[in-house]
Amino acid sequence: MLTVTSISRTFGEKWVLDDVSFDVRPGRMTGFLGANGAGKTTMMRIILGVLAAHRGTVTWQGVPVTASTRPSFGYMPEERGLYPKMKVAEQITWLGRLHGMDRATAQRNTDLLLSELDLTERAGDKLEALSLGNQQRVQIAAALVHEPEVLVLDEPFSGLDPIAVDTVLDVLRKRAANGVPVLFSSHQLAVVEQLCDDVVIISGGAITASGTRDELRAQYATPRFELVVESDAGWVRDVPGIEVVELDGPRVVFDLTSASDQQVLRAALDRGAVRSFTPVVPTLGEIFKEAA
Amino acid sequence: MSESSSNASFAAATRLVAEREMSTFLRSKGFWVGFGVTVLALFAIAVLPSLLAGGPPKVAVVGSVSLSGADLDVRQVNDLAAAEQLVRSDEVEAAIVAEGTGVRVIGLTNPPSDVMSALATEPPVSLLEPADVSPGVRQLVITVFAFVFLMFGMGGAAIAQSTVTEKQTRIVEILVSTIPVRALLAGKIAGHAVLTIGQVLVLALAAPIALRIGGHADLLGVVLPALGWFVPFLVLGFVLLAAVWAVAGSLVSRQEDLGSSMTLVMMLVMGPYFGVMFFFDQPVVMTVLSYVPFSAAVAMPVRIFAGEAQVWEGLLSLGLLAGSVVVIVLLASRLYSGSLLQTGGKVALRKAWQHAES
Repeated sequence: MLTVTSISRTFGEKWVLDDVSFDVRPGRMTGFLGANGAGKTTMMRIILGVLAAHRGTVTWQGVPVTASTRPSFGYMPEERGLYPKMKVAEQITWLGRLHGMDRATAQRNTDLLLSELDLTERAGDKLEALSLGNQQRVQIAAALVHEPEVLVLDEPFSGLDPIAVDTVLDVLRKRAANGVPVLFSSHQLAVVEQLCDDVVIISGGAITASGTRDELRAQYATPRFELVVESDAGWVRDVPGIEVVELDGPRVVFDLTSASDQQVLRAALDRGAVRSFTPVVPTLGEIFKEAA
Repeated sequence: MSESSSNASFAAATRLVAEREMSTFLRSKGFWVGFGVTVLALFAIAVLPSLLAGGPPKVAVVGSVSLSGADLDVRQVNDLAAAEQLVRSDEVEAAIVAEGTGVRVIGLTNPPSDVMSALATEPPVSLLEPADVSPGVRQLVITVFAFVFLMFGMGGAAIAQSTVTEKQTRIVEILVSTIPVRALLAGKIAGHAVLTIGQVLVLALAAPIALRIGGHADLLGVVLPALGWFVPFLVLGFVLLAAVWAVAGSLVSRQEDLGSSMTLVMMLVMGPYFGVMFFFDQPVVMTVLSYVPFSAAVAMPVRIFAGEAQVWEGLLSLGLLAGSVVVIVLLASRLYSGSLLQTGGKVALRKAWQHAES
């Protein structure tokens, strides 16, 4: 497990990270959610040792992360960059060797990754000759070539078309399934909602919520229900112990204050047919707004 | 990780960085064109003067004139008018006409000095301590040494370029999270130093061949020992400049800003070049230049070549140079670490220095 404990960091007078703690569990995709400027990139740079923390620790398997453990991490920086004039396969292999692999293994991994990412045909091209989307896939390959034990990816899906998102997602899920903890940041709620198992929400340099996606939804769920009946649902306003959020002809959304869901359902059935009765689960977007 | 295995990975990382720098360079057309032009220029300097000299000057001679012993290409003509015609049409350099007991030389626009000196009778000369090389040859060799220093010194700008490329593309974040910053710096300096040593050796091997082809085989005896000194001085001088070039690259974030931080380093290269070119006949200035670290790389080999410095002076200066390489590389590695991850505008040296501590 990758554990971040009480990390703080200032830039000048400003606290960019304030007492940040969270875990990235093995075998799971952890979404790191926050608005632009919330501190995501700074946190990731600290994990990778590109930036120093002013307080706090980062541990991997219980041992503090140092320069000698970091080569086993895979990192995709926020601002993409590889050598523009170096050939794709050569560049990936070189990075593999820089992480301590021998040449043959690095070459084999490069070939496998390029085919996984549909880049085999571009292996001999210079990076700058590729489209931005393809360059981004190469960047993913660069982060994965050395079979990292931990993956830290800053906005890995931004700038990818939907097909590329699926390709990259498959590749990342496969790593997670092999027990690699994957931490990826995003400011796009829908992306995180769809892809992550766990969520860490950061706002203004502090963690405002963290846990599994489903836990968070349950935790932030108000007891809210949606009821659809045959005719007009206006009578629900007069039921004691609830608060109507939205009313639109036969459809009503309400929060329970003191009544139970079964009481409301029974009242509805007494008046006629009920087409649907469902609990409303908040989206991450709603949690995010609330937590922030 | 144990000390020895982290040392091993430091060495491996340095080697990989050096390898990449070298292969990038060896594949660029610019490198081969530049180096090819230099080798050609070396041959041209050695061979062309004797080709262009083209034998003794041509003269037209009217009547019977005694030209005993004069090295001239003589064309006999009938009268003065014909001789003047040949001079005007540039077919001969001058006309020689008998006048009284001596001769008159007729030229076109300027007195034809080579014809006159061929006709002059020089008094016999004996030298008590003959110089090894003529002033012309001495100046030529100094020019070549200074030029090679200038070329390789400026070549170090490639290190600044590659550092900025890494900062600008942000691949530096991946590199820094993977290998020690000092390995990155060491690899860059080592890679470019190996390239430079390779080029210097090729030039050092080509120089005797060029001299032989140019008919200056007699010079080999004086040039070879000087080359023996020049090579180690040039290599150490390059490492010194390479470290400074790397810092210049690490201080800025974009290629467009590189010019401003390169100016100082360019002065460190141009200064010694012009110093040696302008002051090579002023022993006091040259003595000073031959001990100051940056200019020593070219000034000391020149002094040794000119026979103005003893062997111990060469060794002392080489030792000073090696010492300053160690100091400068250590300083540079701290500044490089401190500024490599700073982006935005130009990083002030003081800020880079302080940053390395945190």
